[in-house]
Amino acid sequence: MNSDKITKLVLSLGSFILIIVAAGMVYSLVVGSIPAFKTFGFQFIFSNNWDPTSGKENYGALPFIAGTLISSILALLISLPLSFSTSLFLGEYFKGTRVARILSTLVDLLAGIPSIVYGLWGFYVLRPLMIELGIGSQGFGVFTASVILAIMIIPYATSLSNEIISMVPNDLKEAAYSLGATRLEVIQTVTIPNAHSGIIAGYILSFGRALGETMAVTMLIGNSNKVPDSLFGTGNSMASVIANQFGEADGLKLSALIAIGLLLFVITALVNALGKLIIKKMQ
Amino acid sequence: MIQDTIAEIKNPALSIQDLCVYYDQNKAVKNVSVDIKKNTVTAIMGPSGCGKSTLLRALNRMHELYDNIRTEGKVLIHDQNIYDVPAIKLRRQMGMVFQRPNPFPTMSIYENVIAGYKLNGIRLKKGEKDEVVERSLRDVALWDEVKDTLHKKGTFLSGGQQQRLCIARALAFGPEIILMDEPTSALDPIATSKVEDLLVKLKENYTIILVTHNMTQAARISDYSLFMYLGELVEYGKTKNMFTNPIDPRTEQYLTGKFG
Repeated sequence: MNSDKITKLVLSLGSFILIIVAAGMVYSLVVGSIPAFKTFGFQFIFSNNWDPTSGKENYGALPFIAGTLISSILALLISLPLSFSTSLFLGEYFKGTRVARILSTLVDLLAGIPSIVYGLWGFYVLRPLMIELGIGSQGFGVFTASVILAIMIIPYATSLSNEIISMVPNDLKEAAYSLGATRLEVIQTVTIPNAHSGIIAGYILSFGRALGETMAVTMLIGNSNKVPDSLFGTGNSMASVIANQFGEADGLKLSALIAIGLLLFVITALVNALGKLIIKKMQ
Repeated sequence: MIQDTIAEIKNPALSIQDLCVYYDQNKAVKNVSVDIKKNTVTAIMGPSGCGKSTLLRALNRMHELYDNIRTEGKVLIHDQNIYDVPAIKLRRQMGMVFQRPNPFPTMSIYENVIAGYKLNGIRLKKGEKDEVVERSLRDVALWDEVKDTLHKKGTFLSGGQQQRLCIARALAFGPEIILMDEPTSALDPIATSKVEDLLVKLKENYTIILVTHNMTQAARISDYSLFMYLGELVEYGKTKNMFTNPIDPRTEQYLTGKFG
């Protein structure tokens, strides 16, 4: 065999193993969740009952689906203005300056902080602040979790948008300037329109990350197994309920948790697919 | 020496006086003084790195977009120094065409032509817009080729068509002067000759300053030529005279292919 063939073999073997692993994960999620779906049917998705009392066990995923979606969407909304302005600052206004380099390193650093550290900070700094602001007596809740989630996803949206924004060809910007455009007009008519699909991709990526975020959320969301009654009320998320309860779960409860894992997987996959579709449509 | 090689122009469209451009500490354009005649094509030639594009880009103050570039001296249009008017206002009087065709990829052909109005926040009625688009595209002899596809993206056109679209975009706002930075260097010979024909036609209504590294192009279409070397203006005069009887030895060496 020549080296070309060996390279090809090694590479395809690698991709093949990856596919097997992914397929295996989906398989075990599906198999593990069968008892829950058999017992509750599709009602499992829409029921907000979560009762582990033996004999009358009843599980529904709605509180967690709601908690995950609400906290992630809220986090996205909070992070959007911050990451958008930061990416314009880095990629356009202060492109190539020392300030931008330092700030961009700091933003990347944010992405590298372990989520447990965010959780700790949220618990000991953000939560007391929420109490002071009069949001809940304990400071736990969907809103608090969303704020910490927002901070966590800022680096993702920012660094991708920043990269895309700084890739907008200089000659296009110069063309706009040569027609008498101001900087703001260049940003509005050249920079953003040329970068929008990448910017949107950044937000979808960060939304996907918010959906699956576990540790920091579980420390702040309040872990009450109900659909949150308000943005400031307590709730629970899909990832968080799994992390909290899998240790003591068996039988039907374990299957219910695995089923929630499967749903989380499906939602994340759908969000990513939607994002890719939007990008494709825009190009 | 330089004094003998500078052409005298009455009522110039543009009067460059003692212009210097610095990249950081490096002086790229050295004390250039030139008067540009109205309704002519003036070619700026010289070997790579001689400062010809740098000189051109000083005329619509493009250098101000970059912190490390500094300009000194005066450029007068109608006796007004361009550095005394807002850059935005100045750039509306001066169209610019770049080396590589750069229509805005997110805009249709139609939107590209009227981009100057849109960028300056000037609202036109539908009829006025149509008129500007048709006139500008006719000016660059592109109308017949694109009149049925006006609302398609400009980036679907061929390179030569794209460049003519960019010229139309520069003309739409009715500038007095058009600055062109090697506008045909990315085009094939047929597209190049179309653009060259166009420039000769356009000088009836506009004053064109053309940077080119292509000597034969300068000889074919320019009325006046300006030869730069190492940031200095070496020689300036009627193209015909310069090509047949260059005064400065460096010009002669360049024209005979000894360097550049």
